[in-house]
Amino acid sequence: MHPETGQIWKWLGEIPDPEIPVISLTDLGIIRDVHWDEDTLVVKVSPTYSGCPATAMINLDIASALKGRGVEKLRLERQLSPPWTTDWISAEGREKLRAFGIAPPGTVEAERIRKLAGEPPLPVTCPRCGSQDTEEVSRFGSTPCKAAWRCKACLEPFDRFKCI
Amino acid sequence: MAIAEAEIDRKALFETIVRLGDNTLILGHRVSEWCGHAPVLEEDIALANVALDLIGQTQLWLGLAAEIEGKGRSADDLAYLRDAPAFRNVLLVERPNGDFGQTLMRQFLFDAWHLPMLEALQGSADERIADIARKATKEVTYHLERSSDLVIRLGDGTEESHARMQAALDDQWTYAGEFFVADDADTSMAEAGIAPAPASLKPAWDATVDAVLKEATLERPSGTFVHKGGRQGRHTEHLGHLLAEMQFLQRAYPGAKW
Repeated sequence: MHPETGQIWKWLGEIPDPEIPVISLTDLGIIRDVHWDEDTLVVKVSPTYSGCPATAMINLDIASALKGRGVEKLRLERQLSPPWTTDWISAEGREKLRAFGIAPPGTVEAERIRKLAGEPPLPVTCPRCGSQDTEEVSRFGSTPCKAAWRCKACLEPFDRFKCI
Repeated sequence: MAIAEAEIDRKALFETIVRLGDNTLILGHRVSEWCGHAPVLEEDIALANVALDLIGQTQLWLGLAAEIEGKGRSADDLAYLRDAPAFRNVLLVERPNGDFGQTLMRQFLFDAWHLPMLEALQGSADERIADIARKATKEVTYHLERSSDLVIRLGDGTEESHARMQAALDDQWTYAGEFFVADDADTSMAEAGIAPAPASLKPAWDATVDAVLKEATLERPSGTFVHKGGRQGRHTEHLGHLLAEMQFLQRAYPGAKW
């Protein structure tokens, strides 16, 4: 008897993201499918960014966590399509990001509609003081998935999860 | 006859995917040369991240090319063990970085082509190509936003930055037309619905370039001469020097792994 997939999802939900360890792989929304192919467990993982160096680490972490739980045969598959979007980050994951000091992303669809309507993007809330008087410093931050921002109210710099 | 035709198509398919992967590989390598040398820390990080995206896309393209070729080569083999005449990138991306303005102008001219190319490839008859294009489009949308923003800020900036951006544009202009010149492989892939005809991307490129240059107060050069040949393996002397650095480790220590 092999473990139920529901149990596997729970175990995957305990694996931290290697670069932002406050959220788990399931919070990040990169685990797309878990199923048994006879006695082999298949886990489908979507990369966040094509060149994200954490991808190899994530695969290693999944393999060692599941081996540690007694999963003997594991096949990790890369699922490119549909491409990962920040919309797949869970509500809980967003709150964890904010509490950690990273402004969570907006939703892709909302941003797209505002752009089409010629409206400016929604303001970004400072994860430290809650002010919306913030500005982007650089299109990219400490990892491919983040941009560098600063708060003009509390004067603190912060990372913002890019909305893709 | 049918087999021979299938063979030709497979060659054209391989060629097309290698061209995509070589563009991102060579530009990614060039941009990575800035790491630790950019004018400000934020730009250093941004350049490194753009390079990382491009190298990541290279792994997808060259991985697919190797699979289609079916000769047991890997993406790494294609990147590290081919000589200059086997590379299929456009000449623009192998040009030396120059100053920060030249690097940005090259990036902008490339991004303005790259995005509509990827958007068209999302509709490719080959699902594997469409999947990679959908992934890369998200990253490249962001690249074009950044390079457009900086070309505008520097073009419409100080007297010095304006002069440098105009010089960068004049200098690279003759290399930007190569994207749109078709050969037999392009025609074959366009007929099969696998990739867009190169010239079909020109209106979108022109629209982006004109809009951004106008806001940047830069003047679009009027010349129509086009340097070409990179997509067929005829390169400038700069590519060999780039490859010497990029491939050194695998050439000196074959099979070395991290």
